Amino acid sequence: MSTKGKVKGIVANLVTVEVDGPVSQSEICYIKTGQTDLMAEVIKIYGNNAFVQVFESTRGMLINDEVRFDGHLLEVSLGPGILSKNYDGLQNDLDKMEGVFLKRGQYTYALDKDKVWDFKPLAKVGDKVQAGSWLGEVDENFMPHKIMVPFSFKGFFEIKSIAKEGQFKIDDTIAVLIDRNKKEVKVTMVQKWPVKVPITAFKEKPRPFKLLETGVRTIDTLNPIVEGGTGFIPGPFGCGKTVLQHAISKQAEADIVIVAACGERANEVVEIFTEFPELEDVRTGRKLMERTTIIANTSNMPVASREASVYTAMTIGEYYRSMGLRVLMLADSTSRWAQALREMSNRLEELPGQDAFPMDLSAIIANFYARAGFVNLYNGESGSITFIGTVSPAGGNLKEPVTESTKKVARCFYALAQQRADSKRYPAVDPIDSYSKYLEYPEFLDYIEKKISDNWIDMVNQTKTILQRGKEIYEQINILGDDGVPVDYHISFWKSEVIDFIILQQDAFDKVDQSTPIERQQYMLESVLEICESDFEFESFSEVDNYFKRIINVYKQMNYSEFKSEKFNKFEKELKSIIKERIVEESILATETN
Amino acid sequence: METKAFQKIYTKVTQITKATCSLNAQGVGYDELAMIHGKLAQVVKIIGDIVTLQVFGGTEGIPTNAEVTFLGKAPSLKVSDDLAGRFFNAYGDPIDGGPAIEGEEIEIGGPSVNPVRRKQPSELIATGIAGIDLNNTLVSGQKIPFFADPDQPYNQVMAMVALRAKTDKIILGGMGLTNDDYLFYKNVFDNAGALDRIISFVNTTENPPVERLLVPDMALTAAEYFAVKKNQTVLVLLTDMTLYADALSIVSNRMDQIPSKDSMPGSLYSDLAKIYEKAVQFPAGGSITIIAVTTLSGGDITHAIPDNTGYITEGQLFLRKDTDIGKVIVDPFRSLSRLKQLVIGKKTREDHPQVMNSSIRLFADAANAKTKLENGFDLTDYDERSLKFAKDYSAKLLAIDVNVEIDEMLNTGWELFNKHFKPEEVGIKQELVDKFWPKN
Repeated sequence: MSTKGKVKGIVANLVTVEVDGPVSQSEICYIKTGQTDLMAEVIKIYGNNAFVQVFESTRGMLINDEVRFDGHLLEVSLGPGILSKNYDGLQNDLDKMEGVFLKRGQYTYALDKDKVWDFKPLAKVGDKVQAGSWLGEVDENFMPHKIMVPFSFKGFFEIKSIAKEGQFKIDDTIAVLIDRNKKEVKVTMVQKWPVKVPITAFKEKPRPFKLLETGVRTIDTLNPIVEGGTGFIPGPFGCGKTVLQHAISKQAEADIVIVAACGERANEVVEIFTEFPELEDVRTGRKLMERTTIIANTSNMPVASREASVYTAMTIGEYYRSMGLRVLMLADSTSRWAQALREMSNRLEELPGQDAFPMDLSAIIANFYARAGFVNLYNGESGSITFIGTVSPAGGNLKEPVTESTKKVARCFYALAQQRADSKRYPAVDPIDSYSKYLEYPEFLDYIEKKISDNWIDMVNQTKTILQRGKEIYEQINILGDDGVPVDYHISFWKSEVIDFIILQQDAFDKVDQSTPIERQQYMLESVLEICESDFEFESFSEVDNYFKRIINVYKQMNYSEFKSEKFNKFEKELKSIIKERIVEESILATETN
Repeated sequence: METKAFQKIYTKVTQITKATCSLNAQGVGYDELAMIHGKLAQVVKIIGDIVTLQVFGGTEGIPTNAEVTFLGKAPSLKVSDDLAGRFFNAYGDPIDGGPAIEGEEIEIGGPSVNPVRRKQPSELIATGIAGIDLNNTLVSGQKIPFFADPDQPYNQVMAMVALRAKTDKIILGGMGLTNDDYLFYKNVFDNAGALDRIISFVNTTENPPVERLLVPDMALTAAEYFAVKKNQTVLVLLTDMTLYADALSIVSNRMDQIPSKDSMPGSLYSDLAKIYEKAVQFPAGGSITIIAVTTLSGGDITHAIPDNTGYITEGQLFLRKDTDIGKVIVDPFRSLSRLKQLVIGKKTREDHPQVMNSSIRLFADAANAKTKLENGFDLTDYDERSLKFAKDYSAKLLAIDVNVEIDEMLNTGWELFNKHFKPEEVGIKQELVDKFWPKN
């Protein structure tokens, strides 16, 4: 018999429930308010009182309203049909809801019960299987969607029977397994999993090492992220966080993209809804939306389900990772998620930590980021979840708890600088403050040497040094004036400007420039560094400015042209002739003998 | 709101703070309204039999034996076409001497729009102010605040925007307006003869601050009626949201909540988002656009109120006094409309984006030249010309008293380019120069 309870106290969406039986932490319950059942989650238990957070508005709720406990945690349904769906934070299918406005207590099923899928078995009778083993596959938007032994199954099983190739609905039995005690269990194409528990149906989680190409130069070239890596993008408002995230989601080399729009502007989600079904995925020629799932819990939707939304997204990601796919997950913004935690902790009257955030904020963030990663599955295949979250630091101050806690766990840091945004240098990722820890991983260095070239890392480091030097000189020029420093300083500064304008800056709205494949990034970096290593001769600083502005202009035209097209080659020729005007001869010889 | 005969009357108040009262009561719903000692209050906390009420009018004069009755409903507004042209207080009661409104009673602070049912905003809202239409174009369904210092004429600009905007309805939500500002709005609307499309919900500084918390929801409930039921384009003006947030912090303080940054409640972001996210483009054609005012203290935009606002809204507008022309202009550098890309050059003339960018760039050149001048350096001929351009640009386009159509703004832009610069200095695509550069 399931536990029941009665409402005893209400403060906003925190409700105290007196229970008549056992309840567990994070258990789901439904509170009958008027004619609707409102979903809630247990967050604290004290004697006979369970404190629950309601995922909806509690308007009109009465003392003694009846509560029914469900005996399970917050779960998602995993099965074919998740791709190209738009969910809310609790995995309700938003498209199935009626009316323009969200109705309280309206819960819709995440999958389609009546849709028929073409099933192909991958295992055979007699096979020994365990949680996560692939039994068969269906074609989900041209993605091989594996039907697996449910993750909740413990120990080994033997396949007693398995469906033949044919058409099935998600609730049809596709296999019967026998456990150690000879008990039969049926397996369908759909399973449930609690979102706050990581799915661990894999053999091991090695350190990630494979470059994940995003097409964004300032990331791929300077501070690369890897398949199964973690990164975060903090920045004040108006610095282009969302544009950068959208760019990554459109271009990154991933099989599956999961976007958790967590507590952000609704119109931004609408932009994804409008654009993604139209945008073509360059690698497959199919529409981007076909491999994307959006979890939309915008800022005006209930706060408690905002907290749940990132977990829902991560669990869906882990499900696809277990199929041996490369998942890219983006969350915009994790600060809003942390704020949801803060609102709840506040209502629970817990002693606050810094900025009134809960004391365990750091641990919660760390646990969440730890769920991303590259895994080797039992069957020898591998899968990954690359996670990139944005952080919206209050007042643009990076010394606030969410940024600091995230910095401890995320391996890539893409700091958006207000100054760069103000001078329209987009993407506004600060090249000096940002970092990628993967550049220190020997596994990654081995990989990148083979993939690009053996001096690639040296070139990247050299680029960073030039940028750093350029920044120092810029500060000196600001203090001493243009003629207060030697002409050489101006040359060094403008070399760093060439890197800034040509490698770092990228036009997210230009068809060609928005995404740069790694071969092209290599070509451009080599070309730019050749200029940086050459010596030039000038009489005065004013000549330096004009000369390098011309170089930058031609380079920009190259960035806007298809790689190695006629136009591209024409501009490259023009560039070479400009360089010839001023270059010191010995340095040409030096570079030619290189 | 009269007491009905069968309602239970409570007469024992157990606790009174400056904004809240508690008493023992049963069968009370969360968020429900109550009358206490003739004042309107709302249930904000129920623990067992103890109900805590937030008293909108303040608790001054409430005795421990005050009469309390519960109204069995959340705050609501009666909506119908009769709302047009009327002035109301924060409770939705008329304050213009006219009759009460008859119509459907709708609870305020209603549900959010399902994000998949929203339409991407795409209709331009023209205000006639070039600093807005040309550089920071507004789009229906957008939410955008003025970030202004208290001494800036933001109320005047708002009133101007309201009157010029070609929308079906304009709804003013005034929070903590001084009586003088309230009368200003009233007079402006009266004199313009535009009253029939204007609805006002006003809380003045003479009213208790906590009442303000109702104003945005009242205004937006009326807005949703016209936008959803009548498919109208509605412009909602909210002034001043800083005073709204202050009222939030007063209440949370009285309820012993732990404050976060700048003594604001931890839920400030969600509280503000709930209001601003009501801005929407409905698929059936109606829309709600919100223009708000957030006053700054000493221009500090890192304070919790403007900071959280900036993360929620789609851009912001800054006003600034330009000493060269002695007029208030819309600052082209710090202002931003995030949605302008959806309309400029698409719903407006093709040269719009380029004219906008080039003139701002030239204006920036003038700013640099000015710094040079102030530091005692020599100016080049280009510097001199850009300074002259900046003065013209400020006076003829950026000043808030400019009122022209967008095409005319663009033409003015080209004239100024022609007057002060050569085509190659302006840096606009050749095709556009060929087409629009004035022929002398």
